[in-house]
Amino acid sequence: MESVFKKLSLTSATLILLLLTSIFVVLFIYAKPAIDEFGLKFLTDPRWGVTVQVDTPKVDKQVATTEQVTDEMAQNDNLQTEDLLLDDSSDNSDSLLTDDEDGSTANTKEVYGGFVPIVGTVLSTILAMLFAVPIAMGIAVFLSEIAHPLLAKPVGVAIELLAAIPSIIYGMWGLFYFGPLVSKYVGGQSVSLLVAGLVLGVMIIPFMASLTRDSMNTTPAVLKESAYAMGATKFEVIKDVIFPYAKQGIIGSIILALGRALGETMAVAFVIGGVFTFPKVVTDPTVSIPVVLANSFAESSGMSMSALFYLAVVLFVLSFAVISFAKFYFLRNKNEIFNK
Amino acid sequence: MRFLINKIVLGLSILAALIGLVFLFWILIDLTIKGVGAIDWHIFSNDLVNNGLRNLLIGQFMLALTAVVIGVPIGMIAGIYLQEYSYGSKYAEFIRNLSDVMMSAPSIVIGVFVYAIVVNPVGHANGWAGSIALAIMMIPIVVRTTDDMLGLVPKELREAGIALGAPKYKVIFDIIIKAAKVGITTGILLAFARIAGETAPLLFTSGNSQFFTMNMNQEFPSLTVAIYNLATMPDENLVKIAWAGAFILTVFVLLINLLGRYVIREKK
Repeated sequence: MESVFKKLSLTSATLILLLLTSIFVVLFIYAKPAIDEFGLKFLTDPRWGVTVQVDTPKVDKQVATTEQVTDEMAQNDNLQTEDLLLDDSSDNSDSLLTDDEDGSTANTKEVYGGFVPIVGTVLSTILAMLFAVPIAMGIAVFLSEIAHPLLAKPVGVAIELLAAIPSIIYGMWGLFYFGPLVSKYVGGQSVSLLVAGLVLGVMIIPFMASLTRDSMNTTPAVLKESAYAMGATKFEVIKDVIFPYAKQGIIGSIILALGRALGETMAVAFVIGGVFTFPKVVTDPTVSIPVVLANSFAESSGMSMSALFYLAVVLFVLSFAVISFAKFYFLRNKNEIFNK
Repeated sequence: MRFLINKIVLGLSILAALIGLVFLFWILIDLTIKGVGAIDWHIFSNDLVNNGLRNLLIGQFMLALTAVVIGVPIGMIAGIYLQEYSYGSKYAEFIRNLSDVMMSAPSIVIGVFVYAIVVNPVGHANGWAGSIALAIMMIPIVVRTTDDMLGLVPKELREAGIALGAPKYKVIFDIIIKAAKVGITTGILLAFARIAGETAPLLFTSGNSQFFTMNMNQEFPSLTVAIYNLATMPDENLVKIAWAGAFILTVFVLLINLLGRYVIREKK
């Protein structure tokens, strides 16, 4: 019985390792067709689901290695899209197209590239951090140093409760209240990169603030008191005693919040717009990786499905890297911060 | 000068805190106004097909509860391994870190993963897939809580149990877990609250259903997925239902959180 339970417990613990590896492996397998088809170009190709005309590879190409063929095919794609774009803008596109068909046997294929959602993810996360970090730091300093304990306690609990609110609520609020307000005073549509970044920022503020407050509170009172005894002002104590002491924990909590913002779906899905275009200005709508997955997954199959899995791999690797970085560099001895 | 800078910086900090709090309470107030306005008896006694929330509320609860049934035993036993059986080995430390990283994995990726391993072979979305996705999200949280809470139990209790001649698993289940019961319960409650409000892992795993069903082999009604679908509908009535659902969900999640805090306070 004892040895059975011991084995069982080891198996359960190993299951975590298995789960994490199998997530990666399964995503990779499903993404394989897209990875083979588009390679690393996927990461920098802004076209999504664009149908392009491809000349069927000539006979002599088949002798060459597959790699070269895909390379040439990709180059052909690029040329062809440029042609297509030109065709669209010119008036006599019909005649041009028929000319093409007469000249060579052309067939069409869909091209997928993840550049727009990748950029959208990164930009909305950066915007969110720009907005959230100062405010979360302010709240943390306020709670741990400025506010009277009688005030800090309930406000602290309120902040922690707000961190527990499901992200879909933040998204809905963004769609119905915040978005229209931003579009009224800043301009642009009520769904845009700006709104998405801000809603994301509002969502991670409570999380970041409570983690930061916790690590600020670990500063020993003796250190603060001796600084005050030297005649330091409160700001000097915060800047020269608390920040250096809690530095690792603070940076760690910022990166953790960043990881959360990167993979957030629902808060962003309502307000980013979900269109595959580059935002020229910050008030333009765009799309992010989780939102693409949420919106297009159900209707996809074949290559488009595989391309979505490719995006999921990119997102998973990105957030895995960010979180492991936070974990191993900044929170090495501060595991308690993860318990939130 | 120093005092002036001090005043300015502290003022800015208070201002930042105020801005943050204003935003957060703004959300809550909007939610309450819209939500309370949309709640009436009708939505509790009708299913989505008749503009009610009954099947969704029960469905979401079932999904989360099944996830607890799947996830908690695995998470707890893994946590027990890390604290009681590993004797601080490198492997245990590795699993511990991995579990922490997994806790922050994007929830939509977990949804995609479960789609690939469950929904795709079966051929259609089903309730089990949704629960499995939620359970995967829950396991690392439970591991972490169990690990931490068992770590707080004094060594003397273990030694006393073993000195009485009890086998280790008996010591763990009859002494250590009992001593750490409150902390673990709180952790599980908080984890439950967290997964109950998740949307992204359910979108393509459980799907959504307009009708009342208890059959987890079929597409299963989910409150959060329904909110996501309804909120963007042009029909005012459907948006109203979405707000009512959002309000009920938030109140539920906050109540469970408060309950968790209350349980742990009682102990102290």
